[in-house]
Amino acid sequence: MSRENSQMIEDKSVDIEEENIARKERLFAIARWTLPSLMMVLFIGGWQAYVTIAQVPHYILPSPLLIAKTLVEDWSLLWPAMLMTGRLTVLALLFAVIGGLVIAVSFTQSKLVEMAMFPYAVILQVTPVVAIAPLLQVYVDNAFVAALLCAWIVAFFPILSNTTIGLKSTDHNLEDLFTIYGATRWQRLRYLSAPSALPYFLGGLKIAGGLALIGAVVAEFVIGRAGTGLGLASTLLEASYRFNFGRLYAALILISVMGVAIFGLMSLISHLCLYRWHESALKRE
Amino acid sequence: MTVNRAPLRERPELLKMSHIEKTFRGDVVALKDMNLTVNQGDFISLLGPSGCGKSTALRLVAGLMRPTNGVIEWSGGQGEGDLGVVFQEPTLMPWAKVKDNVWLPYRLRGKSYFEVKDEVLQALKLVGLEQFQNAYPRELSGGMKMRVAIARAMVTKPRLILMDEPFAALDEISRHKLNNDLLALRDAVGCTVIFVTHSVFESVFLSDRIVVMAARPGRVIRELNVEAPYPRTEEFRTSADYAAFAREASDALHQAMEVAV
Repeated sequence: MSRENSQMIEDKSVDIEEENIARKERLFAIARWTLPSLMMVLFIGGWQAYVTIAQVPHYILPSPLLIAKTLVEDWSLLWPAMLMTGRLTVLALLFAVIGGLVIAVSFTQSKLVEMAMFPYAVILQVTPVVAIAPLLQVYVDNAFVAALLCAWIVAFFPILSNTTIGLKSTDHNLEDLFTIYGATRWQRLRYLSAPSALPYFLGGLKIAGGLALIGAVVAEFVIGRAGTGLGLASTLLEASYRFNFGRLYAALILISVMGVAIFGLMSLISHLCLYRWHESALKRE
Repeated sequence: MTVNRAPLRERPELLKMSHIEKTFRGDVVALKDMNLTVNQGDFISLLGPSGCGKSTALRLVAGLMRPTNGVIEWSGGQGEGDLGVVFQEPTLMPWAKVKDNVWLPYRLRGKSYFEVKDEVLQALKLVGLEQFQNAYPRELSGGMKMRVAIARAMVTKPRLILMDEPFAALDEISRHKLNNDLLALRDAVGCTVIFVTHSVFESVFLSDRIVVMAARPGRVIRELNVEAPYPRTEEFRTSADYAAFAREASDALHQAMEVAV
């Protein structure tokens, strides 16, 4: 009895544990944005301080201020370069999606096709693209097509392999249900396999988006201006030859920005497609 | 409410399984010489220990596999939409709204949603979920998902519904509720049911015929009729009749286990 009494005395109108959880959540909500921003300020500040105090020459490590200045001054050169690299990346990703989907669907429609083709898709993927790129330049007359092919090879595999797994991971009972209701092959693909594969495909798309950019950069490095005109990666390479490190860093930063933008866009697409029904979009209460 | 159903022995035949045998991988005999006549309006439970071939029998009737020997004949032939199925899992498409899940049997027959909207909403109303038509499956409880699965199985007003331990994963309260509702639904729709279960009590409460099966090889060892009137309510669950039928079914099940071991 006395224990119960003491509990009653301690009992307050608000649950302390719940209050603590709520406080933690508020803290995390603020920290999610302020902490990375703080890290960035510290990093850039430290960099600027180091360059200034140690008097590092700009052709070894340019200061953040110099990079910012170059970004503004060279914008008329950097912006078209960014468009150029962007075009190559987007086209490579687009063809990667089309190619990956078509091949994945043909794999799941015919086991024999998969048996015949899959090892070669793997070989294409595991062979470093840097090693293939010079060959592409030799065999493909049009340099832009060669660069596109180079970026495509890197980007398409995650789409292919993820979508193939997704198309195969349909619920067996749903398969049976479709059989009982006399579904055609097309209906099965359209209403069962495709929606089942969607989360897997979108996972592959996120990876492929980043890889398409990497492929585009590699293509620019290896195939050069002939293929794409002056893209960001070619700009970066040229700047390094000229010891123009301000421009080099500016181009590098823009490439990173593109990568982040692509990732953000793919994450947004994924969220929009899945948030209504998929477990991955479910917040635990 | 009185139910218009012919007495057990006067019902017209719906489906006949004759000398059904199913062998897997050449030597595993899943079913041996199974004979079963399903009549219109029957509620048949296939009761038995695991491995007795009751699910195999269901898959054979569903046309998901072919018997090694024997034939399954539908009187008047099997037409489109004659069959509804409910599995142990609700087996809903997680990406589709409740109403789209129920629409599926019609959709696969090329019917647009607007052609069959009334049927879909009617089926959802029967299981008490019409206000959830626009919800996604993940928003529903286990029992509600199962109701959607039942609505989907019933939406085409099939002549026969196959149920493979549909309530095994539910808690007892939901299970009793769904048992009661299933009987009411079946009266409303007037279909025939083959219900696979390993629960003696469930089989007695629901069915008018219980087919007891034994394992290794899977076969029918006993058929008994539960000659208690419908509608069956909670009172039936605690009646002396119920206890007597349960005793009989339980003895048969024990016999099935003994011959199996």
